[in-house]
Amino acid sequence: MNELIGKPVDRVDARLKVTGAAKYAAEFELKNLAYGVTVQSTISKGRIKNIDSTNTEALTGVLAVITYKNAMKLQVSTVPGSGRWAEKDLLPLQNDKVFYDGQHIAIVVAETLETAQHGAALLKVDYDEEHPVVEIEQAMAEAYKPKGGSQYSRGDINQGLQNAEVKIDETYSTPVYHHNPIEPQATIAEWTDDQLTIYDGTQAVYGSRNLIAGMLGLGADKVRLICLYLGGGFGCKGFTWAHSVLAPIAAKQVGRPVKIVLDRMQMFTSNGRRSRTIQKIELGASLDGKLTAIRHATNAETSFVDEFLEQAGRSSSFLYESPNVDVSHTLVKLNKITPCPTRAPGEASGTYAFEVAMDELAHKLKMDPIQLRLANYAETNPQNGHPWSSKYLKECYQRGSEIMGWSARNPTPGSMKEGKYLVGYGMATAVYAGNRGSASAKVRVYPDGHAVAGCCTQDIGTGTYTILTQTAADALGMSMDNVIVKLGDTILPRGPNSSGSQTAATAGPAVRAAALDVRSKIIQKAIADKKSPLFGQTEETIVVEDGRLFLKSDKSKGETYGQIISRLKVDMMEGEANITPSNRDPNKEPNPNRFAREDEEVDRKKYSFQSFGAQFAKVLVDPQLGSVRVSKCVGVMDIGTVLNPKTAENQIMGGMIWGIGMALMEGTMYDPNNGRVVTRDLADYRVPVNADMPEFHIEFLNKPDPYISPMGARGIGEIGITGITAAIANAIYHATGKRVRELPITPDKLL
Amino acid sequence: MQPFSVTEVKDNISGINALSGNSKAKIIGGGTNLVDLMKMYVETPQELIDINHLKLTTIEVHLNGGMRIGALVRNSDLAYAELVRKQYPVLSQALLSGASAQIRNMATVGGNLMQRTRCPYFFNTSFPCNKRIPGSGCPAINGFNRSHAVLGTSDKCIATHPSDMCVALTALDATILVQGPAGERKIPITDFYLLPGDTPDIETRLQKDELITGIDLPGISSGLSSHYLKVRDRASFEFAITSAAVLLDISGGIIRSARIALGGVGTKPWRSYEAEEILKGAPNNAQSYQAAADEALKNAKPQKYNAFKIELAKRTLIRALETTGGKS
Repeated sequence: MNELIGKPVDRVDARLKVTGAAKYAAEFELKNLAYGVTVQSTISKGRIKNIDSTNTEALTGVLAVITYKNAMKLQVSTVPGSGRWAEKDLLPLQNDKVFYDGQHIAIVVAETLETAQHGAALLKVDYDEEHPVVEIEQAMAEAYKPKGGSQYSRGDINQGLQNAEVKIDETYSTPVYHHNPIEPQATIAEWTDDQLTIYDGTQAVYGSRNLIAGMLGLGADKVRLICLYLGGGFGCKGFTWAHSVLAPIAAKQVGRPVKIVLDRMQMFTSNGRRSRTIQKIELGASLDGKLTAIRHATNAETSFVDEFLEQAGRSSSFLYESPNVDVSHTLVKLNKITPCPTRAPGEASGTYAFEVAMDELAHKLKMDPIQLRLANYAETNPQNGHPWSSKYLKECYQRGSEIMGWSARNPTPGSMKEGKYLVGYGMATAVYAGNRGSASAKVRVYPDGHAVAGCCTQDIGTGTYTILTQTAADALGMSMDNVIVKLGDTILPRGPNSSGSQTAATAGPAVRAAALDVRSKIIQKAIADKKSPLFGQTEETIVVEDGRLFLKSDKSKGETYGQIISRLKVDMMEGEANITPSNRDPNKEPNPNRFAREDEEVDRKKYSFQSFGAQFAKVLVDPQLGSVRVSKCVGVMDIGTVLNPKTAENQIMGGMIWGIGMALMEGTMYDPNNGRVVTRDLADYRVPVNADMPEFHIEFLNKPDPYISPMGARGIGEIGITGITAAIANAIYHATGKRVRELPITPDKLL
Repeated sequence: MQPFSVTEVKDNISGINALSGNSKAKIIGGGTNLVDLMKMYVETPQELIDINHLKLTTIEVHLNGGMRIGALVRNSDLAYAELVRKQYPVLSQALLSGASAQIRNMATVGGNLMQRTRCPYFFNTSFPCNKRIPGSGCPAINGFNRSHAVLGTSDKCIATHPSDMCVALTALDATILVQGPAGERKIPITDFYLLPGDTPDIETRLQKDELITGIDLPGISSGLSSHYLKVRDRASFEFAITSAAVLLDISGGIIRSARIALGGVGTKPWRSYEAEEILKGAPNNAQSYQAAADEALKNAKPQKYNAFKIELAKRTLIRALETTGGKS
C-alpha cells in the first residue's frame, strides 16, 4: 500500500475543470441539437384557461410548442431502483392545474436557444386564478403531523419542565433557502430508435435513470444516463425534477436531440427549496446545568403535490443527555413548490434553533456554553441506548476553544470591544448522520499496468473522483497517475446517490473491495504461473508498491501488474464488489468477494453513526449601523478518518460559508399576497461573497470510525453547515446583548 | 430577448440622428444594466446604438477648477483617477462601493446615470408595474418592499434609485451635459431626476433623442472634507440599504457649509437641502448631526417592510458626518 489515504493530494480533475475540458451535462455537443426553453406559470394556484401559441409558432426556427394538450403521456414509474420523483402528484404537462408559481407549463423547442427563449416569451397564457395559501401562519388550522418517524418522545416532558429550576421557552424561525449551485439544472436527451441517452446534472445517476425510464414507459435497459461532472447540487439535484423528463419528451416529439438548461431565475421555482421553519423550543435544567427537559416542536411547510418534511428536530432527540424529551413536527400545505433536501436537511435549520436555545440557557444559568454542553454530554445515544460507533466531541470542544481563544471571552454580553465595534464569541455543536448505503464497483487492471475503477455514483463537486482514485490506488498499490476512476454513467455498476453525506462512506469501501479483489486475483495468477518470480509463494507474503508485486522478505523477487497480465494474454483482469453493509442474512449467499464479505459481516445495527464537531465564531458588530462582520470561524470536526485533508477542509469550509449566509443574509422572499417568488436572482437572494469571508481555522481529529467501514471514514458533505449558524447568532448576542430569533440577522434587526 | 439590431456610431451627431430616427432605439455603453433588462423583456429595443467609439472617454481638468468627465469613462477608471481621488474622494468612494470590479470595468458614467431601479417587481414582466406599463399598478406597495424607498415616493411607485455614483454626484452639484438635435444643454443633476408622482415611467429630463456626453463637476475648496458611507446586506456586490454622501466645510468648530445626499432611501438620488440648512452655521457636534439627520428624514414614508430604513438612514448620515467632521 502506498498510504495514499489521508494525503492532501490535489483534485484529479482540477486541470480538466480549470481548462474547461471537464464536460458538464449542458456541454455535450450533439449533432442536430435543438433547444428547449420551458414556460412557467405566473400564478400560484388555478387552472390554465388558454394557451395562445400563435406568435410563438410564427417565429422562424420554432420546432414545437409542447403543452398539456399535446405532451406525451407520462406514467408513475414502476421500474425497480427508481429514484424519487420530486412531486408525487404532479407529472409535468399532463393537465391544466397550477399548484405554484413557476410550475413548468410548456416547452418551446427551436433551432437556437435565442429563438426558443423568444418563443417562450411570446407564449400567451390565460388562467383562472384562485386564491393561494402562501404562508405557514395562514394555514396553521390545517397543520398536520406527517406519518413516519418524525415524532419522538421519552420520559415525561411536562414533569421534566416542572422539575426544572431554569427554563427557556422561545420560538425561532428560518426562512426559505435555495440551493443555488453554480451549475444550473441541465438535461440533454437523445433518442436513437427506441434507445434514450440522457445527459443530466443529477445527484442520483442510477435512480434518476430508472425513474425516467419508468415514467416514459421504458425498461431501465433502454435508457443510459450520463453525468460526468456536477457544479454542485446541495440537494436540488437529488430528486428528479420536471426538466429531466421534459427534455426526453421534447426530443421524442421533435425527433431530434433537445437540450434544456434552466436559467438562474428558473432555479428559484423549479427544483425545490429548503422549507421555512418555525421552531418552538423549551428547555428545562437544574442549576448545575443538567437538562431535565427538551421540547422541540417544528412547523414546516410542504406543497399540495407531495410531502417533504424539514426534520429540524431530529438531532435534538439524541444530541444531549436528558431524561425527558419531546420532538414533534407539523406540516402545512402551501401553494409553493415542494421543498426538498438542502445541505444538511433537518440539521442545518434544527441545530440553529436548538443550539441558540442552549446558548440562551447557558446565559440564564450563568454557565459557560461549552460547560453546559459537557454537563449534558451523551456518552451513548440517549434515543436508542446504542453506543456510538465513535465519538470524540469533547476533544472537538477542547481543541476548538483553544484555537478560538475562548478563555479570553468575557461572558457578559456587550462587554468586549475593538474600536467602535462590539465583539462577540459564540459556539455551537455540529452534528450530522454517518450514513452508509449499498454500492457496487468494478476495478480493472490492464496489461500496460494502468487500472480503471468504475462506480455509478457521481462527483457532486466535492472531490469524489479524487478520493476514489486515492482509494483504488492505495488498495492496488499503484501510483494515482495509473488509476482512472469512472463515475456518472449507468453502464457502470450501481453506486450511491450523492445525498445524506453517504458517498465517501458508501462508494469508497466498494471501490476498495473491488480493487483488493482484482489485486488478489492477479496475485493468484502470478503465484500459479511458473514464469513468475512469485511462483509458488503465498498471497500473504506479497506486497505491492507502485504497481510492482514483490516478496515482503525480498524486494528483488517480483514483477509488475503489467508483466503478469501481459503474459496471461487477456484484455485485462477484473475485480468486483457488491456490498450491502450489515447484511447478515443467513439465507443469503455469502458475498463472493471476501473483502466485501468481511465488511458486510460487521453488525452495524448495534451502533449509532454520527459525525460531530464544534463550531466557533467571532463577530464584530457595528452597534450604530447594525452591520455584522464575521471575523473568525473555527471548526473542529470528528468525522472519522480523513481521506483527503484538502477536499475535506474544502467541504467543511463550504458548509461554514453557507452558514454565514444563513446567519446573516440568505432567504427567499415571496410576495405576501400571491406567493410568487420575489427574490429570483443572486442580486436579491444574497449569498456571501469573498469580501464577507472571515479567517477560517478548520481541523479534523482524524480518528477512524472502527465500524462504519474498513476505511474508517464517514461522509462530510453536510456537517459543515450545522452548528455554525447558531455559533454566529450566539456570537452576535454575546456582542450586543440582542437575541434575534428570526434569520437572517440583517442590520435592521440589530438597530 | 427581443431580436434587435446594433448600429455602431463614430460621432455624436450620428448617434443623435440614429436615436431620432427610431423611437425604439436605445443607446448602449457598457451594457451592464441594459442587457440584463433586455434579457428579461423589461427593455425591448429594436435597435441598439453602440456609442463605445465616441470620443467621450477623457477626464479633463477645468481651468477654473472642477472637472469634465466623458460619458464613456468607465466607472473603475473614474474611481482610480488620481485627480478624482484627490479632489473628489467622495466620488471615488461611492464608485468603488458599487457593483463588482468586473462590472465597474465595463460600466460607463453615462450608463450609471441612466441605471434603472432594482425593484424586483419592475424586473419581472409578469407583474404589473407603473414604470413599465403606466396605469398597470404597483405590486410593491402592498408587496415585499424591504428594499424600497421612503423618500419621494408616490402612490404609483416606491422604487429606489440604485446608484451610488449618482448620490456622490448629487452632493457634488454635478451638471449633466447632453446633446440633442437642437444642440447641447446642461442639466444640474439635482434637476435631472424626476420624482415618480403620477408618471413613474418618466425618470429623467433627458429627451428621447438626446445623448449624454459627460458630466461637469464644479471645483471644491481644498478645505472641504467629504465621505461616502454605504450600509448593505453583504460586504460587496450589493446595492445600498442606505448610504450618505457628505461634504463639510468646517472652521473654528462651526460648520460653514454642508452638502448632503442620501442613497438607498429615495426614488432619486436624494439631496437634503433641509439637513444642509440645519448644519450651516451650527456647531460641529453630535447634536447638530442628529438634528440634520432628523430633518433629512422628516418627510420619510415607511412601507410595511422598510420602516427600519428611516432610523438606519439617520444613523448612516450621522456616521458619515462623524467621519467627515471628526466628532462623535
